[in-house]
Amino acid sequence: MAELLTQDLSVKADAILLVREANLRLVPGELVALLGPNGAGKTSLLKAALGLEKRSAGLATLDGTDSEKLSPMQRARRVAYLPQQRPLAWPNTVRDVVALGRFAYGAAPGKLSPADAEAVDRAIAQCGLADLGDRNTDTLSGGELARVHCARAFAANAPLLVADEPVAALDPRHQFSTMDIVRQFVDDGGGALVVLHDIALAARYATRMVWMKESRIVADGPPEETLTSERLAEIYGVRSRIDGRTVEIEGTL
Amino acid sequence: MTQRLLVPGLLLACLITIFTACLLGSTPLPADRVLAAFFGGADIGDRLVVWQIRLPRALAAFFTGAALGISGAALQGLLRNPLAEPGVLGVSASASLFATFSLYYGLAALSPWVLPISAIAGALAATALIALAAIRTRSIVTLILIGVGLSSFSGAAMSLLMNLAPNPFSLSDMINWMLGSVANRSFEEIGLAAPFLIAGAGILLASRRGLSALTLGEEAATGVGLNLSNQRILTVLGAGLATGGSVALAGAIGFVGIVAPHIIRPFVKHDPARSLIPSALLAGLILMIADIAIRILPTSNELKLGVVAALIGAPAFVWIAVQRRVLNG
Repeated sequence: MAELLTQDLSVKADAILLVREANLRLVPGELVALLGPNGAGKTSLLKAALGLEKRSAGLATLDGTDSEKLSPMQRARRVAYLPQQRPLAWPNTVRDVVALGRFAYGAAPGKLSPADAEAVDRAIAQCGLADLGDRNTDTLSGGELARVHCARAFAANAPLLVADEPVAALDPRHQFSTMDIVRQFVDDGGGALVVLHDIALAARYATRMVWMKESRIVADGPPEETLTSERLAEIYGVRSRIDGRTVEIEGTL
Repeated sequence: MTQRLLVPGLLLACLITIFTACLLGSTPLPADRVLAAFFGGADIGDRLVVWQIRLPRALAAFFTGAALGISGAALQGLLRNPLAEPGVLGVSASASLFATFSLYYGLAALSPWVLPISAIAGALAATALIALAAIRTRSIVTLILIGVGLSSFSGAAMSLLMNLAPNPFSLSDMINWMLGSVANRSFEEIGLAAPFLIAGAGILLASRRGLSALTLGEEAATGVGLNLSNQRILTVLGAGLATGGSVALAGAIGFVGIVAPHIIRPFVKHDPARSLIPSALLAGLILMIADIAIRILPTSNELKLGVVAALIGAPAFVWIAVQRRVLNG
């Protein structure tokens, strides 16, 4: 069974601890939101968990294998990763960019096996891009681009998805439509770990919320248990009112 | 549709141009005599002109251009920037510096392999330096400035060698390397450069798929399964071998490696991997046509191919730089 697991994972840059003894687990069927202020160590935790960044202590495994020991191709087949920075160097067509998600299976744009082509078509349909397949990516809006990156990630057919701020800089409608796509992926049997800054959005979609502050995970559990105004005060320094999964932030403390 | 016809069309154009290059010259030969000479008929004079002079010269121009075109396309894919090219990045200049160095100290007289190997060592050193810098800096402007610095330094070192040149013969030899030319090339010289050109092009073609993945940026490319450090090494090695081989054959010829991929890109849906082969063919074609023009232009001194390439290519470089939308610095 697909599983991303870290045990007492620590990450250091020079002498500074970016992540301190983090314990995190992601399995299919979950939509885990990773929350915390800027600089809390969320991105470092993700990268070290995936074996893309060196850890200084602890363990990180993907399906039981040390994630640092996986080759990039093996990793890509187990988990799709959507980094925070998503530059596109050339104005390729949408379909060609989504096809890059099949790289770990030996595919290339313009060289897709029937299985690759099917996965690409499905990912394009899943993300509502059917009408944009032949458009060049430099003609798309930010919301459309976000869906292209999601489709690229889904095309790999990996059981797990790790996405670093997939809805940053999107308007509310596109934030919701992107998160709907992620939830659909989870409902279809995937597992997603998503960094979010919008607490209300996270509360609405997450099955579990993982809270980070100053390089530590300070709480991990369903919104009903971990989403409290005390928590928001402690982590973000804001005053808030919380009713079930509804969040209203009133100002700074 | 245009994509499907691109490579066959370019191949056909190259063959026609090679044939045309054999027809034209100080004494034009009619097509039937060239054909006869190709297949071993005709008189000895025609055969000499075709087999010893015109054909090797046209092929040298083609291979030089093809090597620069494929290197340019691959470096652009690796660095994700349309302005990357062996000439701009100082790779050609440092290859010709190393080649000049081996000429200056008489090392090239030891074995015919010394010159190509020196040129390739220079190209590899420069490409590796650029790739190392590319890991440290995300800014393409910095990279190009490093290339400009490398070019200037190589130019200065060449000037120093010329300044100290022991006699006019070595001076004219060096000027040939600096300016770039395929005049008087023989099949032997092509044969000496060929292994490096073929190895370089082979490495670039074998590793081209990774260049497509790099469209997503380095982080996401690693995420979809690219082994980034291997990709860097292979592209640097391939481009270094091919560029070094081209410099060994023709000296430093700039800008063709930037112009050809730029023209090709829209025809291959901007996919770096699919741009390699057509870029190589088009760059070879451009240099062959430029070389034919040089031969039939009634100038008192024959122009150097590298000079003509720079006269056309440098304005094109500026144009591409101005056109480029600022996306990632």
